[in-house]
Amino acid sequence: MLYELTAKEIKALIEKKEVSAKEVVESYFQRIEEVENKVEAYLTLCREEAFKKAEEIDEKVKRGENLGELAGVPVAIKDNMCTEGIRTTCASRILEDFIPPYDATVVERLKRADAIIIGKTNMDEFAMGSSTENSAFKKTRNPWDLETVPGGSSGGSAASVSAGEACMALGSDTGGSIRQPASLCGIVGLKPTYGLVSRYGLVAFASSLDQIGPMTKDVSDCALMLNVIAGKDERDMTSVLFDKPDYTSFLGMSIKGVRIGIPKEFYKEGIEEGVKQRIMEALKTLEDLGAKIEEISLSYADYALATYYIIAPAEASSNLARYDGIRYGYLTENYTDLRELYMKTRSEGFGREVKRRIMLGTYVLSSGYYDAYYKKALKVRTLIKKDFDKAFGKVDLIVTPTSPTVAFKIGEKAEDPLKMYLADIFTVPVNIAGVPAISIPCGFSDGLPVGLQIIGKPLDEPNILKVSYAYEQASGYYRLKPNI
Amino acid sequence: MEYEVVIGLEVHAELLTKSKIFCGCTTEFGGEPNTHCCPVCLGLPGTLPVLNKKAVEYAIKAGLALNCEISQFSKMDRKNYFYPDLPKAYQISQYDLPLCKNGYLEIETKEGRKKIGIIRVHLEEDAGKLIHMEGEDGSLVDYNRAGVPLIEIVSAPDINSPEEARLYLTTLKSILEYTEVSDCKMQEGSLRCDANISVREKGSDKFGTKVEIKNMNSFKAVQRALEYEAKRQIKILMEGGKIEQETRRWDESKGITVSMRSKEEAHDYRYFPEPDVVPIVVNDEWLHDIKLGLPEMPDQKKRRFIEQYDLPEYDAGVLTSSKALANFFEECVRQYNNPKTVSNWVMGEVLRILKEKDMEVEEIPFTPSHLAELLTLIDNGTISITMGKQVFSEMFESGDNPKKIVEEKGLAQISDQSELEKIINKVLEENQQSVIDYKNGKDRAFGFLVGQTMKATKGKANPQMVNRILKEKLSK
Amino acid sequence: MISKKDVEHIALLSRLSLTEEEKERYQKELSSILDYVNKLKEINTDDIIPTAHVIDLKNVFREDEVIPSMDRDKVLANAKEKQNGCFKVPRIIE
Repeated sequence: MLYELTAKEIKALIEKKEVSAKEVVESYFQRIEEVENKVEAYLTLCREEAFKKAEEIDEKVKRGENLGELAGVPVAIKDNMCTEGIRTTCASRILEDFIPPYDATVVERLKRADAIIIGKTNMDEFAMGSSTENSAFKKTRNPWDLETVPGGSSGGSAASVSAGEACMALGSDTGGSIRQPASLCGIVGLKPTYGLVSRYGLVAFASSLDQIGPMTKDVSDCALMLNVIAGKDERDMTSVLFDKPDYTSFLGMSIKGVRIGIPKEFYKEGIEEGVKQRIMEALKTLEDLGAKIEEISLSYADYALATYYIIAPAEASSNLARYDGIRYGYLTENYTDLRELYMKTRSEGFGREVKRRIMLGTYVLSSGYYDAYYKKALKVRTLIKKDFDKAFGKVDLIVTPTSPTVAFKIGEKAEDPLKMYLADIFTVPVNIAGVPAISIPCGFSDGLPVGLQIIGKPLDEPNILKVSYAYEQASGYYRLKPNI
Repeated sequence: MEYEVVIGLEVHAELLTKSKIFCGCTTEFGGEPNTHCCPVCLGLPGTLPVLNKKAVEYAIKAGLALNCEISQFSKMDRKNYFYPDLPKAYQISQYDLPLCKNGYLEIETKEGRKKIGIIRVHLEEDAGKLIHMEGEDGSLVDYNRAGVPLIEIVSAPDINSPEEARLYLTTLKSILEYTEVSDCKMQEGSLRCDANISVREKGSDKFGTKVEIKNMNSFKAVQRALEYEAKRQIKILMEGGKIEQETRRWDESKGITVSMRSKEEAHDYRYFPEPDVVPIVVNDEWLHDIKLGLPEMPDQKKRRFIEQYDLPEYDAGVLTSSKALANFFEECVRQYNNPKTVSNWVMGEVLRILKEKDMEVEEIPFTPSHLAELLTLIDNGTISITMGKQVFSEMFESGDNPKKIVEEKGLAQISDQSELEKIINKVLEENQQSVIDYKNGKDRAFGFLVGQTMKATKGKANPQMVNRILKEKLSK
Repeated sequence: MISKKDVEHIALLSRLSLTEEEKERYQKELSSILDYVNKLKEINTDDIIPTAHVIDLKNVFREDEVIPSMDRDKVLANAKEKQNGCFKVPRIIE
């Protein structure tokens, strides 16, 4: 079935004129019709726009014109990235009818590459969460077990790719929001180096941590998408200028002699036994492929989560202050003065987790607390970054589990925020340091996917992709699909 | 008990960049509401700022002109507060590492030159505008101004009188105009001023409680507001009361300051480094280039005027107090090469009429060439000096060139010998008594006869010739 | 441990209005989170410089060029309250 193919395969078929873009889109929408009521990955479907674009591509093929790198590939976009003319809600009531008048840079680049945008996916409200249960509209389910969460905050994107409802998806990652759902849903998810992919058009959560990245069926597709979305953008001051390579050129290279570090702090208690086993097996596979494994220390790793839960809410409290209903978005119905307008609109428009983080962030920035909390956290960030710099002096890559557990049951962690936050314990240090990391499937535990996290030094996506590809091809887990 | 006043001024000046500080929208003044906006300056979800290089350079220029140290490493910060004219609910400004600091400017007081310290000059973005409608149930918001680059100039509390405050502002305006980074028009809002004022016993080195004064819309208003507020504070202290630290509004029509106390507590701006804007590093090379691009500053120009035009210091000072005036002067001298005469006319007639009509130099309806033309007409005897002043007034009214005015109004001097003799003869006939008086030694009678001649000719008679001819005739 | 008063103060600063029940709940939750993040106190950071940007970029600028602005219709398209080409808010008394 067309919806089971990878982007690389679809593109090849279209170029060879063996299949039309229209047929591809039809297949995916057919699949969506089959399973979406069970998975609930999407908030908005763009049927009309998708078929129109498919038609344009088929015309291009007919005229023999050059096709973009993702020609005919159906892509799902997390609903916190602006799509012109298409509702962008961030899964929040406060933006439930917001229609952006512009495209995010990544969306522009995808369109230019002839990708077909088929819909906007569900997420934790404003990207705050690790289970997609914080969406104001619906709860997405993990295609591997519909009673469990798909992870978050890019749960909708992960589930859509896992269930075959999209060929590839864009997610965003601030503390693990691409990698953790990728791990829980058994797909590939990459958080690029901070600054590699433009944030212009990504609704900001924590500006110094947010990054957009690919969520795909395999490492090949991940490299393909990275080629399209990475690169300097004039509209984002924090986007880096560098010599962009062809990321697909690193796939298939030998990984003999690659030095892999295992941070001892990451392998303590708290990891489910099944997860631990799969990680150990994966490390063995890597060794068999020629990698050298050694133990390293990331001494400040234990403090990364605390650092994250000061920096992220602080920046979020500021980034979310603009939502007041005056220029766009939800506006409360009854108000007598300006103060009421602000208070009621925001209280009615935001969900619990969002309010919690806004208040936490306001507190740590407030007069009298700034030095002890926010400034302190920025200092610990320096130490964490130094840790990684030091580690990359000894090894090329660092490997850890992506998540300490497999997918948990819906509602299991919802009542205890701190418990939920601990799900990010392995992913968060990566965002704090701004380094790139991928999560790739490495097996199952209790029937649910386990993810392996590979962390690289800044701008070293090539090495990450090289090793991920080698592992993926050797283990074959990426080929397994959920049974829905 | 004698009290002294301590004043610090915070001035915001809009920079003359073509586009806004973080986006490409125009900074043009006016325009239909919300027609100079884009996703970035509206703060739409997902948008990001990109810093305008010119805005940074202009801020540095201003700092240099104000004798500041330019920070090698500088960054931007977020100032968070809720108000409808602030689209992102935070202003991107500078908090602890401003671009420029530790500068000063000098004002000319009656007691001589006085240095007023400038603590800092930093770069930030402007907010939109709120329009309050009479009798309507709401207020309107226009974001055209949101994102226009501003520099904030904070003076040290070195100002000790409302008069000095006004002098500080006029000097600051002149310096900023010279650098061409801002046009400093308070009426258009491109220059805004807030003041902090406290009073203390004369000789004390402790600061009194300071009060912030807002809503002063002209330099005069600043002086008046501070005069009122100083009196108000002194009165309270003399009666044994305490000054409350607060913000007060200047009410121009009532001539008083009114407390702006609102129900809530003071703002907690929760400043933190702006994550979307990377730091600014000003290396020696860049600084050098900016220094080269600095136009001639008031002091330099003044010294040059003294040398080049051989003008006394006072004249040079007045002429260079505003760049526009200095340019007007120089352009005129280029066409009528008598600097002292031009200087007299500019300092005298031009400034007098500008003050009378409350106009700016830029609004003079005629050109320096016209003034040059006028002075030439006087020089070659076409009109008398007195008539010249009349023509000058007319130039201000109509904007016409002097030749045209003289022709149309027939103001040309009567310098024809025979015509004058005829008129004078008539005057002497009609004023026999005065002739006798004069011949008897009453010199004043001469003046009277001159006056009568002028009257008869409606002021057009050539005064020197009238003098000569009268003397001749009377000596016979 | 933060007090109920602290919660009320933060809520006001963030322009959020909370019910009594919410105040209690957030007080508990925020206290527990703050307890956890207080862990950072264990580290001596006296001589450490804070990292505000993880990338080493400086002096990223744009040229002072005017680009056409957005059509006013688009500017106002998402607003619920508008009048005379402006956004409308409750009367502000200064």
